[in-house]
Amino acid sequence: MDYQTHISVQNLNVHYGNQQVLKNITLNIPDRKITAIIGPSGCGKTTLLKSFNRLIDSVEGVKISGRVLVDDENILDPKTEVTHIRKKMGLLLQKPYPLPMSIYDNVAYGPRIHGIKNKKRLDEIVERFLKKASLWDEVKERINQPASMLSVGQQQRLCLARGLAVEPEIILGDEPTSALDPQSSQRIEQTFVELKQDYTIVIVTHILRQARRMADYVVFLYLGELIEHGPAWDIFNHPKQALTREYIKGLIS
Amino acid sequence: MKVPMSARRVKDIMASKIMLVLTLAAVALIFFMVAGLYFKSRPILASQPLSELFFSSRWRPFRGEFGFLSFIMGTVWVTGVAVLIAVPLCLLTSIYLSEYANSKVREWVKPLIDILAGIPSVVFGVWGMLVVVPFIKDVVAPFAGVFSTGYSILAGGIVLAIMIFPVIIHVSLEIFRAVPQEVREASLAVGATRWQTIKHVVMRKALPGVAAAVVLGISRAFGETMAVLMVVGNVAKIPHSVLDPAYPLPALIANNYGEMMSIPLYDSALMLAALILLLVVLLFNALSKMILIRVQRSIR
Ligand SMILES: Nc1ncnc2c1ncn2[C@@H]1O[C@H](COP(=O)(O)OP(=O)(O)OP(=O)(O)O)[C@@H](O)[C@H]1O
Ligand SMILES: [Mg+2]
Repeated sequence: MDYQTHISVQNLNVHYGNQQVLKNITLNIPDRKITAIIGPSGCGKTTLLKSFNRLIDSVEGVKISGRVLVDDENILDPKTEVTHIRKKMGLLLQKPYPLPMSIYDNVAYGPRIHGIKNKKRLDEIVERFLKKASLWDEVKERINQPASMLSVGQQQRLCLARGLAVEPEIILGDEPTSALDPQSSQRIEQTFVELKQDYTIVIVTHILRQARRMADYVVFLYLGELIEHGPAWDIFNHPKQALTREYIKGLIS
Repeated sequence: MKVPMSARRVKDIMASKIMLVLTLAAVALIFFMVAGLYFKSRPILASQPLSELFFSSRWRPFRGEFGFLSFIMGTVWVTGVAVLIAVPLCLLTSIYLSEYANSKVREWVKPLIDILAGIPSVVFGVWGMLVVVPFIKDVVAPFAGVFSTGYSILAGGIVLAIMIFPVIIHVSLEIFRAVPQEVREASLAVGATRWQTIKHVVMRKALPGVAAAVVLGISRAFGETMAVLMVVGNVAKIPHSVLDPAYPLPALIANNYGEMMSIPLYDSALMLAALILLLVVLLFNALSKMILIRVQRSIR
């Protein structure tokens, strides 16, 4: 058998009601690289990302078929226990949504959920992951203030730290910089590039330049179909499909 | 070029003016009611000190003694019991509807709960007399090892609790639905279960709003008269247990206004009771509205 990546998607179909949103997607996401999912609005990028950690479960009327293997376990199997799947993946959304609690408690939230109570260990975890999300220096003085008092860019890094604190192997980001100012976006991008040594990162983005800057691997979706995927350099310089070529030139959006 | 005012525009202006006047009239009405009640209760306020009125339980109108304490305590007990019963049930209901039920169930159940609010309170009273009172007399009281006629604070509290279900469920459901889905996702994404998410995140975010819903419920409960009056026993004594009868303020007014008016100061005393009720209800309503407005601003 050939080598299996962390995330492997096989014949994935997703319907919302009668509308088919993802059509027979088969895809291996490379480990410890940044994979960018690109494509025009409404093509199913978010849906694909959320089927990796089964957050689409909470959408009403959703039907899913096919397999998504995470570490060789089919997470779409109804018997699969979903919380330990989600624990393997940190998630960043379009806008930062800090939990209604202090900065400290936001980061400690996941570890606490998973049973860590020791105060010293929690302190350690909070500091370590705030550093990893390059937020520590800015907040160490006010770690017990409500998270809502941070700037939007800081909040997004806090959300990153919150996701990292449960020690996932994978980071998912759904347009994680789209609500941020250019400087904050850059910091997040930088952090991602640093993190890819240890994590498999998948981000959705509609900013082609961002994909060019960060991605090692690119997945192009169009109207729910997987048109093309491959190493970023190939996709951007020698796209095989006409659609990809047009999208990259900015002719379709 | 000057265009003559068209009939359409005249109507538009008139409509807005008329509505403005009506709105102001409604506001003024409350003001006049408070002023009127105050004016009418001045004789009793002049006849004895406030401390005597509010902190004495001696209610002997023939001797000119009007101590409201029994009635105030009656209202507080009945309202308290109603809230204790209603809050947990309403919270669980609205959590179920918001977090677990699918939208079909939700859209079906919501109007049904609102219908509950439209049932005349006499109907609740009759139901209380036929079902709740005998149940307390034959089951609850013997179980507790005491005698009770069934006409008790507990009976009033149960009936009242059911009457304030709709407002509490309605408002807290709205609050829960206003919590952004992404906040739930953020919690689920780190591996929290649905219940953990509700407990640590949704509830915390919704807490002030739920508090407002409860305050709104209390203010409804406070002034509710008919149903309570029919099942609570109406005995003017300070109650000591939920199986004792009580005599809440609204019942006092409803039972006696127009009957004992030959006794000096009696009608003034009842007006004072009405004034207290009105002020408390206004206060609680304003409080809950204030919280709700702040919540709506901050929740997103
Ligand atoms: N909860 C839902 N119920 C029904 N249809 C939905 C739902 N969410 C998304 N869709 C539809 O599914 C399709 C794919 O949506 P998705 O959010 O995955 O697209 P996207 O590529 O992330 O778009 P964008 O770039 O705008 O975020 C769209 O046509 C959308 O209208
Ligand atoms: Mg999207």
